[in-house]
Amino acid sequence: MRKYTPKDDVQRKAPFSDRFFVSPSVPRTDINDDEIFSKDYEKFCSKFNVLDAFIEHTHLVIHIDKNDIVEVMTFLSEELEYDMLIEMSAIDYLSARSGYELFYEMLSLSKHKRLRIKCFLDKNDAVESITSIFDSANWSEREMYDMLGVKVLNHPNMKRLIMPDDWYDHPLRKTYPLQGDEAASWYEVDKIFGKEARDIIGPEQRDPAAIDRYDTERFARLGHEVPFQTDITEFEPETSIQYQEDDTSKIMKTLKPEESVVLKRRR
Amino acid sequence: MAQHKVNYLQDGGAPIKLTTIDKLVNFGRSNSLWPMTYGLACCAIEMMATGASRYDFDRFGTIFRASPRQSDVLIIAGTLTKKHAEFMRRLYDQMPDPKWVISMGSCANTGGMFNTYATVQGADRIIPVDIYLPGCAPRPETLQYALMTLQRKIRKESIFRAHKKKRLV
Repeated sequence: MRKYTPKDDVQRKAPFSDRFFVSPSVPRTDINDDEIFSKDYEKFCSKFNVLDAFIEHTHLVIHIDKNDIVEVMTFLSEELEYDMLIEMSAIDYLSARSGYELFYEMLSLSKHKRLRIKCFLDKNDAVESITSIFDSANWSEREMYDMLGVKVLNHPNMKRLIMPDDWYDHPLRKTYPLQGDEAASWYEVDKIFGKEARDIIGPEQRDPAAIDRYDTERFARLGHEVPFQTDITEFEPETSIQYQEDDTSKIMKTLKPEESVVLKRRR
Repeated sequence: MAQHKVNYLQDGGAPIKLTTIDKLVNFGRSNSLWPMTYGLACCAIEMMATGASRYDFDRFGTIFRASPRQSDVLIIAGTLTKKHAEFMRRLYDQMPDPKWVISMGSCANTGGMFNTYATVQGADRIIPVDIYLPGCAPRPETLQYALMTLQRKIRKESIFRAHKKKRLV
């Protein structure tokens, strides 16, 4: 007998793991190798508590405490000239470290340098909004809340960005099933017709290989079209592709495929 | 010289053409199908191409209308997300009877490649569909054929019979 494996948290681990797999790591270089970064980092260190810092793929990566985030962003934009917030979001580390890692990708147009601020957020904690400093954080923070459930404080318009307002759960979490949970699978039915209609409409057909070959209620095969609800399990007639009925109109000529000519070459 | 006077002695007498109400009404309905200007995803691009001059929907009497109140065909052109399903249903309800629905492309037919939490797995879960057009995205020619198939379907319908309910809704 095959070994029984519980199916409820299959998304947490990979279905297959290579015994000889070595996970690729990005080489990290010292900050002092880069002139601009080392100056910036010196100023940064004098003001804030740094947990870890290195250069990765020409980006300066600084891990900070999440309580400093507003002061750090103000400092970066006003004093170090990192004047654009390119992207921000969170990474789900709920099962491994029971929290999220937030990243803020910054760009300095005057220095031609990119910098990444990272901080770890416990799953019960909330992070302060930086919308007052960077407007681009407005939608990013909403998306972060929508897809991962990261709570943001003092945001001007804290509601879901992508999913509907009454959606249950946060879909980008690792534990969220790809094909949706119970609430997701009935969402549109419940919303439009109400819960009573669930029995009539039935569950979603999620098997991409499901084909009911003899289903004439929903499908007719091109070239084998039959009237609605005809039983074709025994016999499937062949019908030529027809564009119009024969007796539609006196003024129009019906195309007969057997009388048509296929040209050998373009005219 | 043009002949203005009807010759009653010719063509079997009176200038009358006999037909049935069904045929007359269905002739009108099937040759003036007005779809709604409504696209959801990449299939909408093919739908626009079908409407434009090269493939020319106008010669079938098919003219896109920008209001559900004036249209009688709904072409679901693209991926129908669960967030949007409610609005699609509302637009369908706003269309006056008789109305028909063409589900265009794999996404609208079955959810297609989007076997995910956010996509409606087949638009027929929320509105009754008449013609399912396969393809990803279907070529303009196939949308034309779908429309012609719909026209043929309409010509077979009886106008006196109440429209058959296709599924619960």
